[in-house]
Amino acid sequence: MNPAQFKQVSEVEWRVAPFGKMRVPAVIYADQALIRDMDDKVFEQLTNVATLPGIVQAAYAMPDAHWGYGFPIGGVAAFDAEEGGVVSAGGVGFDISCGVRTLHTGLTAAEIAPLKQRLADRLFAHVPAGLGSTGQLRLNVSEMDAMLRGGARWAVEHGYGSEADLDRIEEHGCMAGAEPGQVSDQAKRRQRDEIGTLGSGNHYLELQEIVEIYDSKAADRFRLRPGEVVVSIHCGSRGLGHQIGTEFLRQMVIAAPGYGIELPDRELACAPIKSSLGQSYLGAMRAAINCALANRQVITHLTREVFADVFPGTHLSLIYDVSHNTCKQETHTVDGRSRRLYVHRKGATRAFGPGHPALPGDLRDIGQPVLIGGSMGTASYILIGTEAGTTRAFSSACHGAGRSMSRHQATRQWHGRTLVDELASRGILIRSPSLRGVAEEAPGAYKDVSAVVDVADRAGLAHKVAKLSPLVCIKG
Amino acid sequence: MSLTAEAGKEGVYWTHFPHQADMGVRGVGPTREAAFEQAALAMTAVITDATRVAPDTAVAICCEAPDDELLLVDWLNALILEMAARHMLFSRFEVSLDGQRLSATAWGEPIDLDRHQPAVEVKGATYTELKVGRTESGEWQAQCVVDV
Repeated sequence: MNPAQFKQVSEVEWRVAPFGKMRVPAVIYADQALIRDMDDKVFEQLTNVATLPGIVQAAYAMPDAHWGYGFPIGGVAAFDAEEGGVVSAGGVGFDISCGVRTLHTGLTAAEIAPLKQRLADRLFAHVPAGLGSTGQLRLNVSEMDAMLRGGARWAVEHGYGSEADLDRIEEHGCMAGAEPGQVSDQAKRRQRDEIGTLGSGNHYLELQEIVEIYDSKAADRFRLRPGEVVVSIHCGSRGLGHQIGTEFLRQMVIAAPGYGIELPDRELACAPIKSSLGQSYLGAMRAAINCALANRQVITHLTREVFADVFPGTHLSLIYDVSHNTCKQETHTVDGRSRRLYVHRKGATRAFGPGHPALPGDLRDIGQPVLIGGSMGTASYILIGTEAGTTRAFSSACHGAGRSMSRHQATRQWHGRTLVDELASRGILIRSPSLRGVAEEAPGAYKDVSAVVDVADRAGLAHKVAKLSPLVCIKG
Repeated sequence: MSLTAEAGKEGVYWTHFPHQADMGVRGVGPTREAAFEQAALAMTAVITDATRVAPDTAVAICCEAPDDELLLVDWLNALILEMAARHMLFSRFEVSLDGQRLSATAWGEPIDLDRHQPAVEVKGATYTELKVGRTESGEWQAQCVVDV
């Protein structure tokens, strides 16, 4: 994108004043280099979001923003129901509540090294990954509804993990307001045997070494020590979320004119929060959030089983679990007034600062861990929510590197086998059911995650705490 | 993987087109039906080499939409649902259209991870770059981006 389209507010904040049908400004947090690398579609999509009814303050884009559907990926927008605000299926996306969780292993990289191959093989065999893989659980109709209501809490009640895990998950592991009755039979059919599966695309399970600490106070509180190994799991609500996204997007596209909503792009499909369609979507979308939380909880259990076998006596405790494709009702101060808003984060991570009542008691005084996934073979980061974040993008930060190259270009440029060998020579073991999938997810097809995270830090969206380097990656 | 696969008959083919995060699928043919069939084949090719998928089992699909473009998205999404729920891949399609009502048969087989080596799962067909219509040369094109 051409930076000249924006008014530069600071080194890392760029603004577009409302024009045409925009109701609020558009704001991008990025440096000049990241802006130049962004597709022109980000400008178009972000200014389109700014036209939606009831949008509050501004339409925001994170430093990893890229061309998405309707909303840019890396987009944040909040709506006020009392002012005709909307909820948008496109603003949440297909992979509802896709997110990242990170666990301590308590082991050092040196301790893991002799058994790394075996650990990689065992994790790949035990955690279902890739298209067509199925989980061990088969849910009947009433079990499915219970899972959709209970989320990770349901999983813990069924023996997958412990109460202590729930404290370290957004919404304490259970999204309130989920309505399984609003989830179609087709969506449930798609999910019957998918609980406890990673999925495919950019989803993964990684062993990562903590290689750098930037904020020792926060790192101490998160118990992050250089040389230690953590496990990160990146996946979402699987087929159920995809089907809910598909069905409500269609319903909202067709219903929008009846609500007097003019859609600049069909993918921005939305409905007033106060309409029956808006409420149905919120009930179904919250059920999908619970599905994602249950899914990551079951995968955590599978991971713990492998570790218990390979390293008897280890306990994997949860650092935190964040979702980066959601719409959540939150309280934010806008122009000095406290308001209940529906905050859409599509490819953006919630980043609550110190003192936020939603944080678990032992983290409330310092702020929320913000987990930023890298691409296969590159670094991941742990950040912390800031006080300043409340005045920027409704306490949101980036979610990952973001693609810079299409899958096509990637497969033309890289060969899966060569990539796996190259990464192995650098000590990074890749296990994947598909070599073409590996090529499509080549690290070089993504933006530089370090540059993205640096900007998030400089913009005050969240502060850097630790850098993680991959050791083993199970690719979906 | 080839960018374009010829389906045997002249003027009937599919292509992929790039999207930053995902993949565009395009079907081309002398009729709307042929374009819809080829778009479906292009979607299978996002996942695997369609020539490796045996058209052994038939699945019936019906859908209806207010216009051609929504109908294409519905058609591809119906296939995505059947692939996911049945753990199948499809390689042959026969589409009949009556206005905006579609009835079709898709032939395929259960996913075999070793043989099919599926690269990625398609989550949904989207309204991005969605177009159904005739080109200047008179052939039908049906295209959209699919989310993977």
